[in-house]
Amino acid sequence: MKYLDEYRDGELAQQLAREIHRITTKPWNIMEVCGGQTHAIVKFGIDELLPRQINLIHGPGCPVCVTPLEMIDKALEIAARPGVIFTSFGDMLRVPGSTTDLLSVKAQGGDVRIVYSPLDAVKLAEQNRTREVVFFGVGFETTAPATAMAVFQAAQKGLKNFSMLISHVLVPPAIEALMSSPNCRVQAFLAAGHVCAIMGYEEYPPLAAKYRVPIVVTGFEPLDILQGILMCVQQLESGRAEVENQYTRAVRKEGNQPAQQILGEVFRVVPRKWRGVGEIPASGLGLSAAYAAYDAEKKFGLVDRHVDEPADCLSGQVLQGRIKPHECPAFGKRCTPEHPLGATMVSSEGACAAYHRYRRQPTEAII
Amino acid sequence: MAHGGGGKLMHQLLERVFGPAFSNPILDTRHDSAQFTVPLGKLAMTTDSYVVRPLFFPGGDIGSMAVHGTVNDLAMSGARPLYLSCAFIIEEGLPMETLWRVVCSMRDAAQRCSLQIITGDTKVVDKGKGDGLYINTTGIGVIEHALNIAPQNVQSGDAVIVSGDLGRHGMAIMAVREGLQFESTIESDSAPIHEPVLALLQAGIEIHCLRDLTRGGLASALNEIAEAAGVKIAIEQKPIPFREDVNAACEMLGLDPLHVANEGRFVAFVAAKDAERAVKILRQQQVSANAAVIGKVVEKAAPLVTIRSTIGASRILDMPSGEQLPRIC
Repeated sequence: MKYLDEYRDGELAQQLAREIHRITTKPWNIMEVCGGQTHAIVKFGIDELLPRQINLIHGPGCPVCVTPLEMIDKALEIAARPGVIFTSFGDMLRVPGSTTDLLSVKAQGGDVRIVYSPLDAVKLAEQNRTREVVFFGVGFETTAPATAMAVFQAAQKGLKNFSMLISHVLVPPAIEALMSSPNCRVQAFLAAGHVCAIMGYEEYPPLAAKYRVPIVVTGFEPLDILQGILMCVQQLESGRAEVENQYTRAVRKEGNQPAQQILGEVFRVVPRKWRGVGEIPASGLGLSAAYAAYDAEKKFGLVDRHVDEPADCLSGQVLQGRIKPHECPAFGKRCTPEHPLGATMVSSEGACAAYHRYRRQPTEAII
Repeated sequence: MAHGGGGKLMHQLLERVFGPAFSNPILDTRHDSAQFTVPLGKLAMTTDSYVVRPLFFPGGDIGSMAVHGTVNDLAMSGARPLYLSCAFIIEEGLPMETLWRVVCSMRDAAQRCSLQIITGDTKVVDKGKGDGLYINTTGIGVIEHALNIAPQNVQSGDAVIVSGDLGRHGMAIMAVREGLQFESTIESDSAPIHEPVLALLQAGIEIHCLRDLTRGGLASALNEIAEAAGVKIAIEQKPIPFREDVNAACEMLGLDPLHVANEGRFVAFVAAKDAERAVKILRQQQVSANAAVIGKVVEKAAPLVTIRSTIGASRILDMPSGEQLPRIC
């Protein structure tokens, strides 16, 4: 397929892998930040092509996985109310809250609908003026501009029956939090290409300099990821710690400025709790004062709701790269995609789900 | 429509819609039960209910699907389809014209499959109690071969063959249902697949197992067979036929086309010696023109399906858990 098959070419992949083998002399820990990259690595078996010294650590970049439990609980509570149409991206529906999930709320009669764009939720609000339409705005900088645009349009149309439950998160503060943790093992990052397509990568040079880590903006296809790893290893082996861009076909240094403008207009930076990690300062987006009327937490009186996470789920340690998914005692036993304990097992981009789906046993056992 | 009471109106429905459309000597007797003779030997029987929204979609509709689906289940035993029963559950208020279109489509599909609809039933339910129309069909077919076609008969070394490009039905339905617009319209692959199966049998291909690829796609079918047969199956990504538009739509929505539903595709496990010949025979028929060998049964072992990616590494190919949900980004 055009623009896809080219980036999945077996021969080119082998060439890149051979070059990585050739230049690697020491063990290196490289973290891919984005869940989409984790998914591709496990799906295509990219890590199997790498030298044993290269250890890929799966980072916290799955928006479904890091949405805090209390936010899911708030979603469940709003969705169960009569008169509400609760809209969400598809993969949030199976994420377990404290007691249930959105699919179950739907089965019990809640009006929960999958939308492909937040703008579809605005349309629903226009068509259903007597009902409250709520959109569950989750995701990184990638999805945030569309959420912002939806709020912006709802305000322009003067819609009173539309609101957003916002749990947007930001990547650079998460990298900073990981690097400043005393037992951090990460020596280089593959930065998430799609996030950088929006935000550019001007935020990264200070991080690379402060923590002496190479950061390579990387795409999502097998050849992208292999090339990103190669660029990391080249830097590591030569003692450099710079920001480089592998994903030049999509990412410019300054990013997408109209998208950044709408983000600045509608949102403000707030502290945000990450599931399994805890609160990270200045790591989330919340509605700015001018758009506070669209805040579903305020509208439905749920601002001061706090929930603790179950202790038997080690997803926090997985998200921070401290353990691999199959090293968790619950993995594949008490915790499966059908009955997930934590969000990393729910989303197809979650590291636990990716391991469970593609690799329940050591890779040696697969021919 | 308010034809559920069993009186005059229901009679009209039978006289004006179902009777003329499906007319054949067995049905035309209008008896409580159909009477027919069958050839001596083994018969196959199967039943399925069809619930699909929307009722009409690119490449098919609930009527043709209700015929093809049941014919295809018969075909998976290597049976030649003979007779079909059909039961309609109609939601009050369904336009007569819609029902007529569905019935005509069933008639045409049955004719194409050379089978007769010989008995049926109609119920009308209150408005709001159904999605317009549900159809159940039961099929009877005759088995004219001596093979044991079943998962338990799958053997080490068997070639795994798919009969055509995958994922079209599921993506066609999703595109209409969710109002997604792609550059070209993706049409469902809904079609009868008994002809290619009968052609394989006629040519003396040693078929060990057949499975039609419906909900859950190829991934589900292979896992079910691996489980039932107690075998390890290894397939390759590269030879699996996909249409570009289906692949692109799946990529965009974050779906795995190996998990997406089909309505006119099957997977065949045949003795390795016959694999090449089987593909050649399948490719002679339009419905299976893109047939390809995609892998093999490795050994009798703990059930497992693996797939080798285009870049040469292997992973598990799992069953989908529940309905596939489009991803965030």
